[in-house]
Amino acid sequence: MKKTLIKIVSFIVIAIFLFYGSTHREITSNLNNGKINENENNILIVGSTALQPLAERAADYFQNENPKIIINVQGGGSGAGLTQVQAGSVQIGNSDVFAEQKDGIDAKKLVDHKVAVVGFTPVVNNKIKIANLSMQQLHDIFTGKITNWKELGGNDQPIVVINRASGSGSRTVFESIVLQKGENVLKSQEQDSNGTVRRIVASTPGSISYLGFGEVYGKGIKSLTIDHTKPIASNVENNNWKIWAYEHMYTKGKAKGNVKKFIDFFLSKNVQKTILSKMGYIPLKDMEVEKNAEGIVQ
Amino acid sequence: MEQNELFKQLTKKSVASKKDIFGKYLSLSALILIGITVVAILFFVISRGLTTFTLDKINPFRFLFGTDWQPNNVDKNNNPLVGALPMIFGSFVITLLSALVAAPFAIGTAIFMTEVSNQRGAKIMQSVIELLVGIPSVVYGFIGLTVIVPFVRNTFGGSGFGILSGIIVLFVMILPTITSMSIDALNNVPKIYRESAYSIGATPWQTIYKVVLRSAIPGILTAIVFGLSRAFGEALAVQMVVGNSPVIPQNALSPAATLTSVLTQGIGNTTEGSLQNDVLWSLAMILLLMSLVFNLIIRKIGKKGEMKNNV
Repeated sequence: MKKTLIKIVSFIVIAIFLFYGSTHREITSNLNNGKINENENNILIVGSTALQPLAERAADYFQNENPKIIINVQGGGSGAGLTQVQAGSVQIGNSDVFAEQKDGIDAKKLVDHKVAVVGFTPVVNNKIKIANLSMQQLHDIFTGKITNWKELGGNDQPIVVINRASGSGSRTVFESIVLQKGENVLKSQEQDSNGTVRRIVASTPGSISYLGFGEVYGKGIKSLTIDHTKPIASNVENNNWKIWAYEHMYTKGKAKGNVKKFIDFFLSKNVQKTILSKMGYIPLKDMEVEKNAEGIVQ
Repeated sequence: MEQNELFKQLTKKSVASKKDIFGKYLSLSALILIGITVVAILFFVISRGLTTFTLDKINPFRFLFGTDWQPNNVDKNNNPLVGALPMIFGSFVITLLSALVAAPFAIGTAIFMTEVSNQRGAKIMQSVIELLVGIPSVVYGFIGLTVIVPFVRNTFGGSGFGILSGIIVLFVMILPTITSMSIDALNNVPKIYRESAYSIGATPWQTIYKVVLRSAIPGILTAIVFGLSRAFGEALAVQMVVGNSPVIPQNALSPAATLTSVLTQGIGNTTEGSLQNDVLWSLAMILLLMSLVFNLIIRKIGKKGEMKNNV
């Protein structure tokens, strides 16, 4: 009798604790309470894995010129970058998407620094004979309306769609342009990094995926033209190639001190003209059009 | 006067007893620290996992039994599409099947090593198994990606990524775990059982099958459940070969997703405090609760086994 009573009471206590914990987010997260010193000599950059190699390279050059400042660039994904910069635990959060596009982020508190443009291209296994797709055909493949290369004039071979992980920057960008809003996508295989996608497309017959311009290299893989437009920088600059996005560096409030110094360095002619194009990104200055968070191009 | 002095001397704590107390408190504080850590982790994961249902107002049944997993999308009634059944199903199917395939091999190896082979053969096998246990899971994943996936693709068709590849990789991964624990279980069977069986004229095979294996059943079951729980929590190797498609698989070749693979892929792409992030915590909560269930099963089996030995 006493034992069951103790059991019941402890069960209720645990339930109350868990209910309280689950309705009060601040207990288990560190949202909004970090304090970051922008003049500190240690700058921590976290986020997008697409921007990471570029940021690392730029940080190397920057540290050569400013040996006192130590810059630490980490991956983790755009979501992690936005979360941590909003929480104040890092100075810069890298993101492939606008902060407005992510739930749980108060975009008003963050300042956007667009630092580069990246174009995405559909890629296929290079045994596939097709070299061009129309935007409509691409749409039909990724919504599952077309399932065999035969329907597009290729060999009789099922199409293996390989997507990036749901919520990843590349996928968000790709879907925002190729698909209509709210449209159901084909549930396909998902992989979580550019490298894996490249390897899998190269080795899997009949596979299709998408990669940033700078990521298309190596054997067994080729990019496609869309409506006979080539996936090259000059076509992105005038928006003839539609699938592109900005790479963002977000700061909490206005960038100051060493953080501002680094972002300015990143936007300087030196970095934009040399490193960017070498690594497959497109300098901001070359863009003839602009895109806002709603995806409207001007 | 003298008596008083003597009394003091005798009741004073000696160096040894001081050390004794110190040691006692040291181990006690270690215990408390571990206890706090465990409680904190449980509280953290479970309360985060429950947020989906309390703050985001997701119906738990829709979460557990829904089959549509698109956390970034909503259905016609504006309900987020967060049906976790495909991942729960995928995790269970891959785990159970791989344990089912691994168990006979593991038990066979264990019998060979404890009952059949000579000392040298057993020693060689022992070091092979220890080597297998030590291989990091990412290496298994790589082997799966470069050997098993093309093999499955060329023999059975499809893309090669799918349940079958996941089962094969997990099979190799949990085989050493189950084997080494089965060996312990067989070694724990008292020698007198075997001697009695031989003395009433049983053949070696009869002894193994009717006596040794039977009395080692609780231990072997424990070994299999341990293998299950390792397979259930494995993330990296499975994620690399399973295809990560959150649908309920049609057959053994179709791509699937597991709780772990969705977690590792999604956590960096979501922002804290968003629904997309909360549902991942809910998946983590399911994983945690499942490993608790596995532990409970192991303890239940252990208790039953004890009783049998006493009778």
